[in-house]
Amino acid sequence: MSEITNITTPIRLDYTYTAGRATQRFLLGMAEGRILGQRCPECSKVYVPPRGACPKCGVPTTDEVEVTGRGTVTTFCIVRIPSDVLSVPPPFTCAHVLLDGADLPFFALIQECPFDEVRMGMRVEAVWAPKEELAATFESIRYFRPIDEPDAPFESYKEHT
Amino acid sequence: MALRDVAVVGFAQSPSVRRETSGNEVEMLMPILAEAKQQAGLKGKDIGFTVSGSCDYLAGQPFAFVSALDAVGAWPPIVESHVEMDGAFALYEAWVKLQTGEVDSALVYAFGKSSMGDLPEVLTIQLDPYCVAPLWPDAISLAALQARAYLEASGKTERDLAEVAVRSRRTAAANPKAQVRTSADAATLLATPYIASPLRAHDCPPISDGCAAIVLACGDVVKKSAMKPVWIRGIDHRIEAHGLGIRDLARSPSTKLAAEKAGVGRGRVDLAELHAPFTHQELILREALGLGGDVDVNPSGGPLAANPMMVAGLLRIGEAAARLAVGAGKRAVAHATSGPCLQQNLVCVLERD
Repeated sequence: MSEITNITTPIRLDYTYTAGRATQRFLLGMAEGRILGQRCPECSKVYVPPRGACPKCGVPTTDEVEVTGRGTVTTFCIVRIPSDVLSVPPPFTCAHVLLDGADLPFFALIQECPFDEVRMGMRVEAVWAPKEELAATFESIRYFRPIDEPDAPFESYKEHT
Repeated sequence: MALRDVAVVGFAQSPSVRRETSGNEVEMLMPILAEAKQQAGLKGKDIGFTVSGSCDYLAGQPFAFVSALDAVGAWPPIVESHVEMDGAFALYEAWVKLQTGEVDSALVYAFGKSSMGDLPEVLTIQLDPYCVAPLWPDAISLAALQARAYLEASGKTERDLAEVAVRSRRTAAANPKAQVRTSADAATLLATPYIASPLRAHDCPPISDGCAAIVLACGDVVKKSAMKPVWIRGIDHRIEAHGLGIRDLARSPSTKLAAEKAGVGRGRVDLAELHAPFTHQELILREALGLGGDVDVNPSGGPLAANPMMVAGLLRIGEAAARLAVGAGKRAVAHATSGPCLQQNLVCVLERD
């Protein structure tokens, strides 16, 4: 008789996610090619994307703020193995981008730039999907690309590294 | 070592609704946390310890409880903990923390959005993963096994179960936060079809989204409260064997033992809030707790009227305390449960000055 060392018990659960009021505003903005965040009434930090609360102050963020697609790379890595979900071939660059006027960097792909030229402080801008393909998803921003501006000084983003 | 006197000094809850579609957990929690702290007369930075109860399987995302901390304001870093259980068990942890003397106040909160998944199936995941969960017994089927065992052992009838639901709905009519508030007589309820025999819809709890918060305090901090303090005179929790087949499902020895340790029998009980999501469980719990017919059970309507998962146990403590605070009685028992068929039970004795 053979010893049983493992069994397979498949589990699948489906969920209907509730984005929430703040994140819903952000996602609907994506469908219009706009980037909407929220400002904390106490510490004035701007969260993009917003979740409806300032995690530092524990108060609702009620003031909506629109920011542009321009920002600064605060940190990055170069991926050298193929991704199951991203269609870009390796090596490619993933980065945290801090949008101008925002206080929360978010994850982004950097393209239109040799991977070994990406650096902290590099100035970048969002490249949007064609208008007819814009939807209520983060994927409406296809990626970020460099812009012809001097690098941001480390002091300007060191809080976010 | 003498125990410190711990008081409930703030309590707030959201309405329980079938589906909260606009707000995420953080957006649901923020006004409730603010209300509870305001009652306690405390600001966020005054709180010595924060602890929550929730279940990531309800949200379908790992570490959902960490995201919920956005509602608290956890910077600069705070002293914080979490239990993957009902908030009543988080309250127990807060009570222990207060006993250590390290802090004089604690914020306890719980949240659950059951509407995002298929709740009876989500609850299957808490079962033994090798021999029980692969068979996918859902939560209502397991409760029905227990109900059958109880009816056979006790000689009670399905009408006795329906009477529990009738009373629950009648009292819930006066609770604006409750979800099931439509009255019905026993005959009408008994004419409805079974969901899982011997349980009909009225024997089962509604599926609810909701959240709640309680503030506990010791010593001079209690004086800041706008709410009349309600003291925790005893609190204890006990667990049954894991295997459902090992247990006598018709009784709740863990509740009985917790009640003895918490001192339920040391005085007259005016009201009780019991975390009995199914009608037969209220009858099992009444017996285990030794509650007579003169005790006002579930004046809020109880979990048959509003059952946000991971919240409904904490609600029992809050509802009982809120009633004592406004003079509806002098001494109350609150009970909370976790797991299938009353697997684990917490008993809390509350008193007004």
